[in-house]
Amino acid sequence: MRVVLKIKRFNPERDREPYWAEYEVDVEPVDRVLDALEYVKWHLDGTLAFRRSCAHGICGSDAMLINGRNRLACKVLVKELGARITVEPLRGFPVIKDLVVDMEGFFAKYRAIKPYLINDEPPPETERRQSPEERARFDDTTKCILCAACTTSCPSFWANGEYIGPAAIVNAHRFIFDSRDRGAAERLAVLNARLGVWRCRTIFNCVEACPRGIDVTRAIAEVKRALLFSSL
Amino acid sequence: MTTVHRYDAVIVGAGGAGLRAALEVARVTPRVAVVSKLYPIRSHTGTAQGGIGAALGNMEEDHWEWHMFDTVKGSDYLADQDAVELMCQEAITCVYELEHWGLPFDRTPDGKIAQRRFGGHTRNFGEAPVRRACHAADRTGHMILQTLYQQCIKHEVTFFNEFHVLDLLLEDNVCRGVVALSLADGELHLFHAKAVLFATGGFGRMYKVTSNARSLTGDGVAIALRRGIPLEDMEFFQFHPTGIYKLGILISEAARGEGGVLRNRQGERFMERYAPTLLDLAPRDIISRCMYTEIREGRGIDGKDYLHLDLTHLGREVIEKKLPDITDFARTYLGIDPVREPIPVQPTAHYAMGGIPTDVRGRVILDEKNTPVLGFYAAGECACVSVHGANRLGTNSLVDILVFGKLAGRDMAEYIRGADFAPLPKDADGPAREECERLLTSNGSESVARLRETLQREMMDKASVFRTQEGLEAMLTTLKELKDRYRRVRLQDKGKIFNTDLQEALELGYLLDLAEVTVVSALARRESRGAHYREDFPKRNDAEWLKHTLAYRINGEFELRYKPVVITRFQPVERKY
Ligand SMILES: Cc1cc2nc3c(=O)[nH]c(=O)nc-3n(C[C@H](O)[C@H](O)[C@H](O)COP(=O)(O)OP(=O)(O)OC[C@H]3O[C@@H](n4cnc5c(N)ncnc54)[C@H](O)[C@@H]3O)c2cc1C
Ligand code: FES
Repeated sequence: MRVVLKIKRFNPERDREPYWAEYEVDVEPVDRVLDALEYVKWHLDGTLAFRRSCAHGICGSDAMLINGRNRLACKVLVKELGARITVEPLRGFPVIKDLVVDMEGFFAKYRAIKPYLINDEPPPETERRQSPEERARFDDTTKCILCAACTTSCPSFWANGEYIGPAAIVNAHRFIFDSRDRGAAERLAVLNARLGVWRCRTIFNCVEACPRGIDVTRAIAEVKRALLFSSL
Repeated sequence: MTTVHRYDAVIVGAGGAGLRAALEVARVTPRVAVVSKLYPIRSHTGTAQGGIGAALGNMEEDHWEWHMFDTVKGSDYLADQDAVELMCQEAITCVYELEHWGLPFDRTPDGKIAQRRFGGHTRNFGEAPVRRACHAADRTGHMILQTLYQQCIKHEVTFFNEFHVLDLLLEDNVCRGVVALSLADGELHLFHAKAVLFATGGFGRMYKVTSNARSLTGDGVAIALRRGIPLEDMEFFQFHPTGIYKLGILISEAARGEGGVLRNRQGERFMERYAPTLLDLAPRDIISRCMYTEIREGRGIDGKDYLHLDLTHLGREVIEKKLPDITDFARTYLGIDPVREPIPVQPTAHYAMGGIPTDVRGRVILDEKNTPVLGFYAAGECACVSVHGANRLGTNSLVDILVFGKLAGRDMAEYIRGADFAPLPKDADGPAREECERLLTSNGSESVARLRETLQREMMDKASVFRTQEGLEAMLTTLKELKDRYRRVRLQDKGKIFNTDLQEALELGYLLDLAEVTVVSALARRESRGAHYREDFPKRNDAEWLKHTLAYRINGEFELRYKPVVITRFQPVERKY
């Protein structure tokens, strides 16, 4: 099967503006978009830059805009997309080169919600107990791989890059609803700020974008509810 | 211009081993830096699925002595038993520590950490499978990596992300730092340090079908070899029985731990014939060989080179709740619903038992007398303590990275308190700079991708599950040619910014070196043990070969030396399951 891969390219050492380049690639029906990108890099143009590592949707390296949607290149098969595939870098982040974007700002927001268990009580000799129901309460949000597909699909984020974004809220949720955690108030204070969770307009792009199937909007709604009913 | 940094300790690699070590060093000094070619949470530890082994005894009786026995037997008696003993004891503390740091383990009805069965883990010295693998669904590694990274954020550990380490500064047996390439701008950075820890992970990418990430190219191991450090037991490379056909993506042993079985074209559960007690939960080396035997004897599915992993009898509830990620893999990549159809699988290159030799304190050693290199440490898959011997048991790598990451970190913290900064060698960044320049300016006609494809295909063919003298010798000749052609590779990207063309070329260089050590060590070992199976020497030979290989490369020539195995509680006997 032959497909045309149209890639938005930009190398600041060489180009003043981003431009589109087209490559014809022969693919197998089981090939991922990542395989097609690698074909280009390995056999047509070695200067193409993109990130990848695990190649099966776990490490979060290769979120990009594929045919207009945020997806992991390693988790979408070429045959689902038809004969013309367009690939662009994630929106809203500075482009370093081609499909590689600067994620520092994204990780700064992750760090802002204090993404670690907060609990100063001395732990027991063995494990802290947690019932299966308590564990299930935050199961969904433990799946996040920080690929940024959700945040960069969000119109509120496009409108204001300072918005904390769905990924950070998902990770706050993971701790706020963990029965062992005592840091909910600190995190909710961060999320209650001007560029916090209230910027979410429930547009649902993030849910569709999440390659891990996390119900992002629901997590955000639960965080909003926690804010409304907490005594902050 | 090379930027110079000074840190008491530099940790290369931000997977489980590196991060665990960093946390330990950070207890005593803030002057520790983690240098990683990937963002920490992109590290391969995150893909580990099934679980981490520790004899907590939460679901049935268990003891660390049983865990130790299983590990030693699984290793085909090549593991050093003092190290295994320490690991199996410490495993318990390390798992509780993770829980205290917030790791969301699955739970038993009474709120304890849930455990499941895994290959080779048994009760009472081999009687029957035991529930020992602590898990968080089938994303245990993901949760371990995230939890450790979160703790590093809490303790404000300094990270240099997307910095590719190119060289180790070692002179007069004293480590002085590392040189790294910053991918974002192509500049070199020199890290002057009192102590360095390598935690750079495995190198499954030298094989065509592998569960390993693109980034697992053995960088640290090859750099150590180039700097005169011997490599231990490199002939032992584990093939995991259940990789998705052709893709190599792993279907965790947890699938069989939950009751999945392997079947051949006749629908027969063939492991009944080979391992009557542990069946589909026999160790990986054994199952992978049985699978190849089935295939060779024409019982592969449709006569082809794969078999079926059948989960259909487990029911939707178990499959979707306990194995959600691998269910998703089967659906995404194969269009197969494991609830209704079996999954096509074949053995996939998975784990390097060999690597940089260390003692139980993580100190890199130089010879068979265990002489340590001052200030140089290694931990995790890149290291060889040796706790896995000739074959690693499932769930034991996550134990290894935590236990020895921690112990190495602790020793480093101690060491840097008493040590000064050793002066930098003259022209410290010179060799790294030259290596990059040579690749960037080379005008040959060879392509990195083609050389790598040939390497991976040939290694799969000649140095994987079954090996012969003839095949290995042919592989050595192929490697000589490939190395020669590697000198003439031509890059298309000559730029500085995010030059992954250059990075892939560097990585191919490491893979070629490590493939060579693997083949040289395998050729010399004229016996079969664990993952190393010689068709021309099909028996284990303890009289001559109960010893560790140490492979040195001196001026391009290999020298093999051997080191005795530490045997304490369990005398070697024939391995039956
Ligand atoms: C699919 C899969 C499933 C697995 N499941 C299990 C399981 O259930 N249980 C179990 O016990 N084990 C499992 N394993 C094995 C286990 O996950 C690994 O052996 C272990 O995670 C290795 O950890 P590490 O810290 O040594 O290395 P990694 O996590 O691989 O980290 C290596 C680090 O080194 C860095 N690095 C490498 N080269 C350089 C360089 N040149 N410069 C700078 N940085 C560099 C990388 O950026 C990375 O941060 C599994 C392995 C795979 C592949
Ligand atoms: S490469 Fe790891 S998520 Fe795609």
